[in-house]
Formats: sequence, structure tokens, C-alpha cells
Amino acid sequence: MQAETAATSRAGPAAPLLEIENLHVHFVTSRGVVRAVEGISYTVNRGEVVAIVGESGCGKSVSALSIMRLLSKPAGRVARGRILLEGRNLLELSDDDMRAVRGRDISMIFQEPMTSLNPVLPIGLQIMEPLLIHLQMDDARARTRALELLQQVGITDGERRLAQYPHQLSGGMRQRVMIAIGLACNPKLIIADEPTTALDVTIQAQILELMKDLSQRLGIALVIITHNLGIVARYADRVNVMYAAKIIEQGTADEIFGKPAHPYTIGLMRSVPRLDLPRTKRLETIEGLPPDLRDPPAGCRFAPRCPFRIERCAEPVPFLEIGPGHRTACHRADEVAAGKLVALAAPPAPVAAAKTATAKSILEVEGLKKYFEVQIAGQSAFVRERATVKAVDDVSFTIAAGETLGLVGESGCGKTTVGRAILKLDDPTAGAIRFAGIEITHASPAVMRELRRKIQVIFQDPYSSLNPRMTVGEIVGEPLGVYKLARGAAAQRERVVQLLEQVGLFPYMAERYPHELSGGQRQRVGIARALALEPSFIVCDEPVSALDVSIQGQIINLLEDLQARLGLTYLFIAHDLAVVRHISDRVAVMYLGRIMEITDRDELYANPAHPYSRALLDAAPVPDPRVERGRMPRALKGELPSPLTPPTGCVFHTRCPIAGDICRQQVPEVRELKAGHIVACHKA
Amino acid sequence: MLRYTISRILFMIPTLIGVAVLVFFMLRIVPGDVVEVKLRGDGGNVTQEMVEMERKRLGLDKPLLYQFGDWMVGLAKFDLGKSMWTDRPVIEEILIRLELSLEVAILATIFATLLSVPLGTMAALFRDTWIDYLVRIVTIGGLSIPSFWFGMLIIMSLLFFNWLPPITFTPIYVDPVANLTQLIWPAMAVGYRYCAVTARMIRSSLLEVMNEDYIRTARAKGVFEKLVVSRHALRNALLPAITVMGLEFAFLIGGLVVTEQVFNLNGIGQLFVQSVARNDFMLIQGMVMMIAAFYVFINLVVDLLYGVFDPRIRYG
Repeated sequence: MQAETAATSRAGPAAPLLEIENLHVHFVTSRGVVRAVEGISYTVNRGEVVAIVGESGCGKSVSALSIMRLLSKPAGRVARGRILLEGRNLLELSDDDMRAVRGRDISMIFQEPMTSLNPVLPIGLQIMEPLLIHLQMDDARARTRALELLQQVGITDGERRLAQYPHQLSGGMRQRVMIAIGLACNPKLIIADEPTTALDVTIQAQILELMKDLSQRLGIALVIITHNLGIVARYADRVNVMYAAKIIEQGTADEIFGKPAHPYTIGLMRSVPRLDLPRTKRLETIEGLPPDLRDPPAGCRFAPRCPFRIERCAEPVPFLEIGPGHRTACHRADEVAAGKLVALAAPPAPVAAAKTATAKSILEVEGLKKYFEVQIAGQSAFVRERATVKAVDDVSFTIAAGETLGLVGESGCGKTTVGRAILKLDDPTAGAIRFAGIEITHASPAVMRELRRKIQVIFQDPYSSLNPRMTVGEIVGEPLGVYKLARGAAAQRERVVQLLEQVGLFPYMAERYPHELSGGQRQRVGIARALALEPSFIVCDEPVSALDVSIQGQIINLLEDLQARLGLTYLFIAHDLAVVRHISDRVAVMYLGRIMEITDRDELYANPAHPYSRALLDAAPVPDPRVERGRMPRALKGELPSPLTPPTGCVFHTRCPIAGDICRQQVPEVRELKAGHIVACHKA
Repeated sequence: MLRYTISRILFMIPTLIGVAVLVFFMLRIVPGDVVEVKLRGDGGNVTQEMVEMERKRLGLDKPLLYQFGDWMVGLAKFDLGKSMWTDRPVIEEILIRLELSLEVAILATIFATLLSVPLGTMAALFRDTWIDYLVRIVTIGGLSIPSFWFGMLIIMSLLFFNWLPPITFTPIYVDPVANLTQLIWPAMAVGYRYCAVTARMIRSSLLEVMNEDYIRTARAKGVFEKLVVSRHALRNALLPAITVMGLEFAFLIGGLVVTEQVFNLNGIGQLFVQSVARNDFMLIQGMVMMIAAFYVFINLVVDLLYGVFDPRIRYG
């Protein structure tokens, strides 16, 4: 019956479940009022999946929190507008009436499963809480319902789980528990704020499938807030694109992806590398940064970054209907939608020599092993029991001078440990690493000092990898001082300026501190620092995964330019398959400390030989609803096994769809399928 | 848990041996000894012979290492030796006073807990309102006002009502009323600081916890705000406060030198001052050992409490 009502109301837009009308949200800060949301309106019908897409700081999460009235007090407040749930204005409810709505009519699922559950309460209580409060169930009934919910979200062994604490569950499991909490009282609407951003691709696919399935079966409307266009394409019925506190385009998923009418939407789609299209030479990017919301431009807010900017863009833009249910805020929407303005500002390709990917290898890793000893709770109080985690187990590969080797895998697969061993930040347990013919695992400090000039690193998190008390100039100049590469302060300053310009920063930024820069600018500082010593080899450890999509594109292009211009060799560690495909020449896939497959980029994406590589490719969503609907949901079952007790035989057999007896018993040989295509699988 | 506790108690032994070595030899570095003070103190006529005899009786004439070994053997048998001044067993001397000191410490802890949890919580929940300002002023007072001075204030205000607490100590199992009317005042005097430290700790950790994601989750579930605070936030916020309370409690056992003076209490603090003035090595050593054992033991209790409050900490 529920499904029926959902179906009928979907047909009639007359009675939407949720209506947001002209919502304004302000944050009072010491440096002025930030208008985080300015006049957005959208509706959500029963049983429908609506996506809010945008980059960080665009106001998408703030608008969701204001529906729940959970803005951080006293700084944030709804300045204007109405939020109607079945005609009732949530903003006018008393605090207690609003509390009764939360968790009962509307549930929310947050981004960080690691921190969103209370660490000191058993998960059973956390699931039962809304049942006890909203439905006045007694303990026994709430418990029964909690078990039922755990089963619904795919957690087996519910009895035992109820008594467990969040730290005993994996990230994916915790997000399932969050969903169970959200479903507890059969809400009408679930708001999911970046529900899978903190999870690995295979787990992300599982969680999204689960949410979509549940919302369809139970007739629950879903608002998904995300920056990931692939997710939007796969799951959303309707899409709202936000930019700088406003919705700039609104429509059905097919309209938005098929006939995007706003240059920002187009830019967003083009700046992510895609798995379903032939690889382009360069990513088209959106240059510049979003405006400061304390003092935004008067006209179109995207105009300063827009390649199709005309004079009229300085005037306020109306939010006009350009098709059935398709609205956009662009003066040139008609031209854009008609496809007349296609060429985004494709940045000029660097005039560099073609890659000289000779057969000469610069880095050889052979039989690399890195084991960590960990203490585990043992039987005896005096003899501590130890276990060995094989973070990296017998990994071998080579990288030719001038090429990029992508190293992909889910978190905990050992990819970062490989990077650290190459940088000699960790000493390997066994194996050899040769850089330009010199064995570095046992190199003396003097030899290493010279080698470190040649091997540099770019870290993942530009927020924590730069010292907050040093200026940009000091950070970039420090290695110059260590190696005495610049004579005198003037020479050093000159070199710093040169480095900053090389990575697209302005010389005046040398005086700034990291917190005064945006994420993308900080990552550029990290790159400039790595380049200071004129290295020939750079380990890039997830260099773009902490950045917004439009910034990601800029950094990837920068890395490619630098490689072409300076003849660099990269080891590119990442979990995003599309990014890896875009930047790498060859790709190595890791799972639980072992290499599963190494091959040419195009070969891997066209003919993956290892079932794990195939699973990774299947799990990654593609930003095109038509492609997505045609794809079978083939989410990999289960979770990453504990590295303390890795499976026998092939480490992947517990999750492998084609595993046979031999896989359970024998570790597969690493063998060459054909020239340059290495795979470790019995069945390949 | 039991295994862990036993092993921790066994690990206390090397710590305490270290303390024993330190306190024994450091005291011997100090010039003079108990005999000098005892016999010459009155300025009487003392012959060298008498001094030597007394030394011999107390065993001070033997080599240092021998004395040390003697003491350690006693320690192993929980025999702290005899006071060099009164000749009564050290254990006895300590136990008479420990009863009082322990009771003051416990009363102060109860007083501080009852007050600091609501004060710290209110201050955090009503941050930057007059409630918060009031709590902050009161707690700053607790940190900056010496407890003996606050004790004098208490006595003076009691005098205002023409009443004074009883002067002699009555054990609580003999006459609870007389006992409490005597000890409640010093417990308040030292409990004020205790309460202030804890309340500030609770305030700041609760402020931090209230910004955690799981608090937002609890609210998004529609949990009553009272439950959000009491069930979801406080349990997390109390963890750091427990550490502070443990240290404060251990301090109260031996550190109330001046406050005991003000209230004319015959507690551990008084005994400490006395025995130091008299160079009564055996008694000083015994007391240091007792207080060290207390600190180590309370640390263990705090660690175990952590395990009770925080399921992430499991001792196996």
C-alpha cells in the first residue's frame, strides 16, 4: 500500500512531500555574515530520489541541516524562507515538535561513519533509541525491530552485533548501522549527506545499492547530497546543482546529464575523468576559485570563472524554465543547451617533447615485504601475544624513466606502505628497491641524502601536510636551505618565486600562511616543495583525493604538464580508478598487500584479467544516467578481510565471484599473460 | 580484567622499590639525624656517649647498605619499622592519622563531584551566558584561593553563628554526627579547589564533545535534549575529568599540611611536618611509601574506570 501511495503521488506533483521555498541561511562570523544559502527552492516528491550536487562550501550540507533545524547555534540561522513537510512549515514548529519530526518523519545519514556513532554506547541502544522515543516501544519490541533492521541493511549475526560498540565494526558496517537508525521509524524522507564519500569504492557501491533498494521497497524519499556526479547519475531521479549558495540548475537526471544548460554543470561533468569515454589528452577544467560568500559578485556568481562570460553576466540572473521541469540560472542558457557553446577554455597543452618512455627503468621494486608486528590481547597477562600484519607481501614492479605507474587499491591494501618504503620512510622487512641502479634499502645515510634529492613526495592532505606556522615561502624554500642549493637569501627568494610560478601560484603568496590558501592552492604549494630539489622521481600519494572535483582537474593537469616539461617519473597512488586511468601509463592493482595485476592502462580498462580489477571497475559509478541504468549492479560482496588473518590461498578468494577450490588452497603465481600484462590469478 | 588487574598490581612492586631506594638515600644525604634533634633539642647536657648509645639502639651505627637492607626486608613483610622518635610502630602512627585524612579526601571527592558535574555541565550548555560567566568566576576563585585561607573564612563564618566544630576526632563508626560536623568543613575547604579543577575540565571537554558528529546524530534521531546531554555527551566528557579527580584525590591524602593546621586536625599532613622536623627517617620513609602506594593504586583505579566508561579500552 505504501508503494502504491508513493507511486500515485509521484505522478501528481500537486502534493510534494517536501517543499523548500526561497531558503536563506546566514552564518554570523567574526569577519562578517556569510550567506551560506541564498534563496534556494526545490521540492521532493514521495518515494523520489533527489540529488543536491556541488562542491564544498556551496551550501548543500547547510541547506540539508536547516531542514532538520540542526544548524550549529548560535552562528547559523535561517534568515528567510519556508520548509514545508506535507504542508507543515518546519521552521515554525516549537523545539519539541521539531524534535518529534527528527528521526520520525525525516532521518539523516551523515558522511563520516567513523565519528557519527557514539563510541561509548552499544549499537543496539543507538538503533533502539528512536523506537523507544518516537514509537514508545518497550525494550523487547524495540530489540526485535532492531534485529529486523540489521537484517534489512544486510548485517548478519544481529544478536551479537547489538551488543557491540562502533569501534568493533568496519566503516561500511557502521554506515549500515547509520542507515538502520535512519530507517528505524519508517520515515517519509531520508537525507543522506555524502553517505559514501568516506568509504571504498566496492563498499560505496554496496551502500548505495542498499539505500536505493530500501527507498524503493519502502517508498521513502531520498535526498542525496554529494559532489560525485557518478552517484547522481546512477541513483537520482531529479538533480539540483548548487554553486556559491544558489541552485544554478535544476531538472530530471536525464535532462541535466543529457542537455546541461549551465556552463558550471558542464564544467563539473568535464573536469572529472570518466571511465566510459575514451581518454582525453587533458582534462577540461574550471579555472579559478568559487567566490567568497561574504561578498559575492552581484551578477552571475559563476561569471568570473565562466568561459562564455559576456557583459550581461554582471547583471542578476533569473532562474528560468528552459524545458519541462528544467530550470537554470544563465543568461546564455539557450545557447548552452543547444550545444552552441561547447569549447570550454581548454588549457593549451604544453609544448613539450613527447614522453620518452624508454625501456630504461628508473625504479625497480623486487619482492618487497613489509610486516608490522602488532600486539593483540592474549590469554596470559604477562606474555604479550604478537601477530604479524603483512602490509606488503612480495610486491615487485618496475617503473621506466618518464612514465607514470598508477597504484590502485582500497584502503588498507598496502599501497601507501609501498610508497613509504620507496621514500625510505620505513625500512622494508625484505626485498630490494633499486633507484637508478642503486640499492636503497641498505643505503648509507650519505648515499640516501643524495638520493632523497632525486626522490620526492606529494602528500594526500594539503591541510595537515604543511606546517601551519611557516609561510609558503619558508615551506618551499626549506629544502633549498637543507641542500644549500641557493646561495644567499636573494637567490633563494628568486628560486621560490620561480617554483611558485611553475605550479601556477603568484609570487606574493610566498608571504602567506597555509591557512590563508584554498585546498587546491595548498596542494600546489606541496608540489612546489617537492619540485624544489629538482627530483626525477615523485611519489604522489593520493594527491587529489582531498580536493573538490573542479580543483582535482587543475592539479592533475598541472602534474601532467610538469611531467612533460621536466621529464618526471611518477608513482601515482590513488583509489579513484578514473583519475588513475587518466594520468597513468601503466597501472598496478593491489589487494591485501599483494599485487593482483599490472598492465598497460588501456589494457586494464578494456580487458581486466583479474576478477578484482573487474570488480573495482564495475563498482565505480559513471556520470551518465543512460550508461548507469544499463549496467548491472555487480557490487562486490563482503568486506576486506582482516589483515591479521588473511585468507589462505589467493587472498581475494573470499570475495571473488569465480573462486574455485584451487583458489582456496594455493597462492596464485604471478605470471605474465602476455608481454607486459602481469596477473596473479588461477583463473585468468 | 582480573588478570590485568593482578598484573598491574604486581607491576607496582618495581615502582615502589624505586621509590624506596630514592627516599632512603635522599634522606641520608640530609645532614643531621634524629638523635641530634631528640637529645640536643632541649639544650640539655648530653654526652657523646649517650648519643652513640642511642644511635646504636636505633641501628644508625650500622653501614648504610645494611640499614637499607634491613628496612627493605621489613617492607617485604609490610613492616615499616618503628618511629625513631616515639618508638611506636610506623604503621600504627600512620593508621591513626590515615583514617582522618582518608575521610577528608573522600568527603572532599563527594562534595566536588556533586558540585562540579552540574556546574561544569551548566557552564558548557549555557556557554557565554551569565550562567557560564558565574561558573567561570566561581571556579577561577577555587583555583586561586588557597584552601587554608578558604578554611579560615569557613571558620570565621561559623564563629559568626557562635558555633565551632568539635576539636577532637571521633571515628565515624562511633558517632557519625560528631565525626561529620568536624570533618565536613575541612572537606569543603579543600573540595572547593578540587571542584573547580574538575568543573573546568568537564566544561571544556563537554564543549568539545557537544560538537562531535555523534551528538548531531543523536539530535537527528529526535533524542530529547536532556538525554543527548546525559546519555550521549556526559559519558564521553567525563573521561578526562576522571584522570584529574584521581590525581586530586591522591594529593589530598598527604598534601593537606596547612589546612590541617587551620582546622587543628591530626592528619597525615601534620605527621609529615612533624616527622621531617624531627628527622624521624623511619616515619618519613614509611609515609612516603604509603603515599606512593596510594598514587600508584589510584592510577590503577583510574585506568580501570576508563575501561568501564569507554568500551574502546579493554584490558585483556
